[in-house]
Amino acid sequence: MHYLTDRKRAVGKGASHTGTEHHWYMTVSAVALAFLVPVFLIVFGRALGQSQEGVIATFSRPFPAIVTALLVVVGMRHFAKGAQMMLEDYTAGMTRKVLVIAAHSVAYLVIAVALYALAKMTFLGIVLGAMN
Amino acid sequence: MAETKRVERPLSPFMIGPYYRPQMTSMSSILTRITGNALIASALLAVWWLLAATTSPGYFDFVNAIVTSWFGDLVFTLSAWAVWYHYLAGLRHLYFDAGKGLEIETAEKLGWACIIGSVVLTIITVIIVMV
Repeated sequence: MHYLTDRKRAVGKGASHTGTEHHWYMTVSAVALAFLVPVFLIVFGRALGQSQEGVIATFSRPFPAIVTALLVVVGMRHFAKGAQMMLEDYTAGMTRKVLVIAAHSVAYLVIAVALYALAKMTFLGIVLGAMN
Repeated sequence: MAETKRVERPLSPFMIGPYYRPQMTSMSSILTRITGNALIASALLAVWWLLAATTSPGYFDFVNAIVTSWFGDLVFTLSAWAVWYHYLAGLRHLYFDAGKGLEIETAEKLGWACIIGSVVLTIITVIIVMV
């Protein structure tokens, strides 16, 4: 039994076929990033220029590690979808498909590398802490 | 099904220039896109540096030398500005989405607020980070 007619289901979905889902994701992640970015800039800026031990000590602490992880995950998803919007505006056909896939892939790569580095720094922080 | 006729349609931004005079509102909008997408460069550099910190001291020194060189300083300072411009312009978009600030005079003022505000916030960020 279909209670919704096809027309009702289509209303508001527009040319993208996904309605306002993409735009709404950008709105949600933008608000999240509005809180994360200022905190991250201070954390990252202070860590920049430190010795290797200093960098490990910084990112093995819970607050800098969690802020950085959140910023990278939310920021890179925001980037991938934003880059996709730009590519959909300026390119077409196969070029568009290849570039959109590439943009999403780069974003996922950055997320994976950052999370790996943070996990390893937590571990290294414990080792260095035990040695001192 | 009837054969669909392929039409060669122009791709954006063909309007700017020949048909559409660059304006405060359109230029401050496109700058949002440019700054947002350009930030991938510093994201890659930052993540490379984080990864290097988990490897050998020799490799960290190599990456750290690049990241803290005049080139690294330039990239991260420009990126700080790009972040703040994108940040303020993003907030402006949220304000526009709420249906507010759309009068031309207000929209133009908000564009200037993004440009001036981003420079001020960049200077404040550099000072906080350096101290």
